[in-house]
Amino acid sequence: MWSRQRGRLKPLCCGVEELRCRRREREAALRKARREQQLVSKRLLRDEALEEAEEGCVAVIFGEAEIQQFLRLAQRGTEEKEREGALVSLRRGLQHPETQQTFIRLEGSIRTLVGLLTSNQALLQLEAARCLHELSHSEQSAVVEACLPATSYLLTYLSGHSSDFIELCLYTLGNLIVESEAVRRQLLPQGIVPALAACIQSPHLTVLEALGYALSQLLQAKEAPEKIIPSASTDSSVLGSTLPQHMLQLLQPGPKLNLGVAVEFAWCLHYIICSQVNNALLITQGALSTLGLLLLDLAGAVQRTEDAGLELLACPVLRCLSNLLTEAAAEAVGGQLQLRDERVVAALFILLQFLLQKQPSLLPEGLWLLNNLTANSPSFCTSLLSLDLIEPLLHLLSVSNVVSVLVLTVLCNVAEKGPAYCQRLWPGPLLSSLLDTLAFSDTEVVGQSLELLQLLFLYQPGAAQAFLQQSGLQALQRHEEVAQLQDRVHALQQTALHG
Amino acid sequence: MQLPPALHARLAGAPGPAEPLPVERDPAARTAPFRFAPRPVRFPREHDFFEEGDVQRHLYLQDVLTQVGGAPERPRVPEFTCQVAGCCQVFDALEDYEHHYHTLHRNVCSFCKRAFPSGHLLDTHILEWHDSLFQILAERQDMYQCLVEGCTEKFRTSRDRKEHLVMRHLYPADFRFDKPRKSRGPVMPGAAEQVLAEAPGDDGVPSEGDAMEVCSEHVEPPPAPTGERRAYSHREMNSCPSAALAQLPRIWPERYHLPSVLVKVPHEDLKGPRREISTSNGGSSAALWRCCWAFPPRRGGPRTLARAALHVAGL
Repeated sequence: MWSRQRGRLKPLCCGVEELRCRRREREAALRKARREQQLVSKRLLRDEALEEAEEGCVAVIFGEAEIQQFLRLAQRGTEEKEREGALVSLRRGLQHPETQQTFIRLEGSIRTLVGLLTSNQALLQLEAARCLHELSHSEQSAVVEACLPATSYLLTYLSGHSSDFIELCLYTLGNLIVESEAVRRQLLPQGIVPALAACIQSPHLTVLEALGYALSQLLQAKEAPEKIIPSASTDSSVLGSTLPQHMLQLLQPGPKLNLGVAVEFAWCLHYIICSQVNNALLITQGALSTLGLLLLDLAGAVQRTEDAGLELLACPVLRCLSNLLTEAAAEAVGGQLQLRDERVVAALFILLQFLLQKQPSLLPEGLWLLNNLTANSPSFCTSLLSLDLIEPLLHLLSVSNVVSVLVLTVLCNVAEKGPAYCQRLWPGPLLSSLLDTLAFSDTEVVGQSLELLQLLFLYQPGAAQAFLQQSGLQALQRHEEVAQLQDRVHALQQTALHG
Repeated sequence: MQLPPALHARLAGAPGPAEPLPVERDPAARTAPFRFAPRPVRFPREHDFFEEGDVQRHLYLQDVLTQVGGAPERPRVPEFTCQVAGCCQVFDALEDYEHHYHTLHRNVCSFCKRAFPSGHLLDTHILEWHDSLFQILAERQDMYQCLVEGCTEKFRTSRDRKEHLVMRHLYPADFRFDKPRKSRGPVMPGAAEQVLAEAPGDDGVPSEGDAMEVCSEHVEPPPAPTGERRAYSHREMNSCPSAALAQLPRIWPERYHLPSVLVKVPHEDLKGPRREISTSNGGSSAALWRCCWAFPPRRGGPRTLARAALHVAGL
């Protein structure tokens, strides 16, 4: 059911340590970029097998004369193999930034390339498209923006049939989209949204994944909430198109679900939903129930397979569900479209366990969903109790401060519903866990613990007594001077002592 | 984190909500100084809460994360020839053949043998070039349809349409699939591509695979049988790709799906000026959650969280 992702990294010559080091550097750079709200990444498609057949990687930088030579050959060579070969050499050369610069500065070069892209020679077309793809991946704006004359053709080819060619066009478009608002200001009137909406009906998984990538780049744009997502936009409206329905369809669990495709479209949905433009529309289209079922499916998959990458899908699904649950429409919509299934809680805990192993930094996202599920729902709170999930939840208290606050908040959600709930929280490991959290130095964690204690004292007879017996007062004392906590500490001390 | 064994059974069990325990709140619960109230929380796009997941997502895009699964193979087959009548192209890879077929043989006009990148453009071409009824109607109403998918505008002349394409849709003025017919005779191949040398690009007779002009400017329509409207190559059974494939040795998976190109090594793209970010003292590391407690949350505001809180200590 969950097909394996196709391999994406060729075995590198460098060692494991070097890989890890490089990864850490990448991660640090990405964090920095995100804080500056400049998080931009591009995808590069290079055919490994093709490169190996061409014997080794490129180190050569081409000068003007050589580039001209290749272009001339590609254009006017007599032998087909010769023409192709010239373009292949050019394409390999364009992997190098310096050659890219020389290329774009050469008069007529892009024009020729576009001419080859639209020629009647299929293989020349393909190679020309690969050249464009290399350019689109460049770090330098000038190089990327030199590709702009080709965009109307790239969009036209999306309604063709050659799946590899379309895939290439889509990844190129995706790289162009993310480059700058100027590029998007050209692509949107050129009809990129309707073109994608037509292309999403392709049966080819590779095309779909590429489309999802391109769309996710479009939706991640800063101006997306105003100019790209809303249905009121004139030519470029994602919500006004059939894209959301198709996306939801592609996220439905079942034998046809493909991880790579699902990851891309889950992220697309996340960008739409967190922009908060018209989430009610998505809910009426079944987003809650589809994503809920997908969550169940994920939990199943996580138990069955060691496949890396499921957290890549879990993250956006958790986010979408959490944000959707805050919409008024989530309550108002009836029947099937609502999210009421107790199995969601079971699935979520299985995923929390998985995240604890694989990617603990994503635990807050899972707990966020748990908060939104339990906040206003006696039913989900009851599930936590009847499925015996309190103890596993308490286990997470040692992970981090953010996680602890979230766990305590969820417990408060349960406890505030009254004596029937507090009864089930008691006795058990809860008290000793609370005494532990009172020893934390983090004010938020302690504050939330105090809130929970108050609820327990109020609704559970004997709780205060047990608290005293376990040296609770001493635990409280250390926070007596903290400004944010003082009042609550004193109130609790009073309650514990005098009832 | 030990999960109760019954949990997995529950996951596999019947859908449905739990029967809720009775809710009974005491008003004393929310009196000062205590302030807890349960609230669903919503995070907007740029919120720091999303930092971790976003970073993982981008690492994936840049392919720094290792993926499982081996590289799919590019099947090399013994050389074979394209089966379409009149085409002698030879191939040794399926991917090349697929692209060739779709480019040159799939959407071909049966009247003038021109090939088009999509069915949509082929239909438009046939309508405007080979349909006498179109010409008659065009004298009285707007018939020239905009070429952009999703745009429903129609125009009186092809020139008007071109202007619309350029002004409204930012298309290039020499868009290759919108060239007017210059004469009634055989159409010259598109000469719009200025090349480095002087000579024009594709020489050749207007045969299948020629320049893909779409619209016409002329008055007299070429003679065309009104019955037959179009010819798709795939109607001719012996020239469809699966027939050709059936003759080749079976070394690729059952489903007709060509292998895709592989993705390579990461690429990093950082832009923009540095911005000063304020960081907090070590104490309020969980203020991140607190910031968003109010519903709807405040946008922006000082980022008062310690970065270290988001990193899991020792994991």
